[in-house]
Amino acid sequence: MTIHSVKAILESLQKKETSPLDWVEASLAEIANKDGKVQAFLHVDAEGARQRAQALEGSGGLLGVPYALKDNLCTEGMPTTAASRILENYIPPYSATVANKLAAAGGVLVGKTNMDEFAMGSSTENSAFQKTRNPYHLDHVPGGSSGGSAAAVAAGMVPFALGSDTGGSIRQPASFCGVVGLKPTYGRVSRFGLIAFASSLDQIGPFTRTVEDAAYVLQAISGHDPLDSTSAPQPTEDFTAALTGDVKGLRIGVVTDFDMSGVDPEVKAAVDGAIAKLQAAGAEVVEIQLPHSQYAVATYYLIAPAEASSNLARYDGVRYGKRAAGETLLEMYERTRSEGFGIEVKRRIMIGTYALSSGYYDAYYLRAQKMRTLIRQDYEAAFEKCDVIVTPTAPTPAFRFGEKVDNPLQMYLNDVFTIPANLAGLPGISVPCGLTQSGLPIGLQMVGRAFDERTLLRAAHAYEQVRGFEMPAPEVNG
Amino acid sequence: MKITEDTIRHVAKLARLAVSDEDVAKLAPQLNDIMGYNEQLQALPLDEVPPTSHPFALYNALRDDEPRPGLTREQALANAPDSDGEQVRVPAVLEG
Repeated sequence: MTIHSVKAILESLQKKETSPLDWVEASLAEIANKDGKVQAFLHVDAEGARQRAQALEGSGGLLGVPYALKDNLCTEGMPTTAASRILENYIPPYSATVANKLAAAGGVLVGKTNMDEFAMGSSTENSAFQKTRNPYHLDHVPGGSSGGSAAAVAAGMVPFALGSDTGGSIRQPASFCGVVGLKPTYGRVSRFGLIAFASSLDQIGPFTRTVEDAAYVLQAISGHDPLDSTSAPQPTEDFTAALTGDVKGLRIGVVTDFDMSGVDPEVKAAVDGAIAKLQAAGAEVVEIQLPHSQYAVATYYLIAPAEASSNLARYDGVRYGKRAAGETLLEMYERTRSEGFGIEVKRRIMIGTYALSSGYYDAYYLRAQKMRTLIRQDYEAAFEKCDVIVTPTAPTPAFRFGEKVDNPLQMYLNDVFTIPANLAGLPGISVPCGLTQSGLPIGLQMVGRAFDERTLLRAAHAYEQVRGFEMPAPEVNG
Repeated sequence: MKITEDTIRHVAKLARLAVSDEDVAKLAPQLNDIMGYNEQLQALPLDEVPPTSHPFALYNALRDDEPRPGLTREQALANAPDSDGEQVRVPAVLEG
């Protein structure tokens, strides 16, 4: 049994050719076979998954489909670490709303996936526990921060997984691992039970092998949640119904004022090829400008660390998580946080603390919030002229381990195309659009209007239909 | 604004982080690079622009103030590194 799409699994289950337990066993067998090399999972709950599969009842939209969650999504009774030493032994007393919704839809959780510690990073190298490898090239990173979820889906260990995206942490690893990654509109999916990084930017979304599967999963996880005061009142929609395969008259925005000098030539060629295919399928290509997006990375690296420094103040060794011994309370706090956090988390806490500290707030944090307004307004103007905006997801394909880890600024610049959508709160998707000569996946990013995932998914799905190739399954064994 | 090793020590103290001399030596130039890059926002005319703290207009999300079931004491203390079964225990806050 090969794990391919959610849709194929659902069809097989509906015809009673297979049982939910069969698919859990298939998923566990793939994990046993491949995860020694890929290292996507931090925790596999084999017995629990078998029991959940056997106890399934009802008629949920994902009934009997195994899946994985990024390890910053709380799961009652199952370890949730955010890949940090400070939460190494944390077992949440409640589950994230998305976990409850997926369980209610009949999904079967098999385990928790690796990530950059507290979702801070673009390569998953910042995990305190293990390195996840790119299934297409084991000496390359899977991207990040949701690298484990991306790699688990790419390697066929689960048909879908959830991640979180603060500056590109779903779309960039999807691009690097050759899968579909969707960041919904801010507020579309409840963040209750997501371990907070930057609360005004964080959003949960799916990794899948097809755009249609992403629509299925979004349908299951979206909707207002009274437990998240920032969740939007918009009702869940029938996202799969939007996938008509038709892009005639759809206006595709191509950004003419992005600095493309850092973009790998193979990435640029693949993205240009994708735009040409959309045009041939009847879409209209429109030139648009996003003049303030050149400041997006600088804006993001003030706002996100500022919010993180405040969110991560809760890890003080008192109510949960690691505690290091100290003679006084202050010494206990400092030692706990110093031993519990990795270097990138400390770096970001310090940037945020500095940007918010007395005398600097107006110069840094407030200015960044003002720039955020201009970036958002650019999109509003652009969406007068077009329906979706197309760019590369990342300037390069997956890079090698260690290549950027000692140069944080270089690592941050990898998020140049994904960050603007987080600042503006807009939905974005990465769809595979090619492979490099050396066999590394390339991702096409599309960004849509707020709460218009239907048009975004329609465009991405239509591209998938005319793409002209299937992503080859990566060969990972042993 | 140059970030020196003293700035790092000061900020670490504000953030309740104990940093080694080695960390300080590594972090000072890195934070200098990052804040130097972020410096590009300084020269722009932003005075008249309203700030955005959230992507969309948010309204107060209120609910009736009615008691609802929450975590039991046992659940709430289950993850505490040190507790006496009724409350979490911490090192002395006040001396004497």
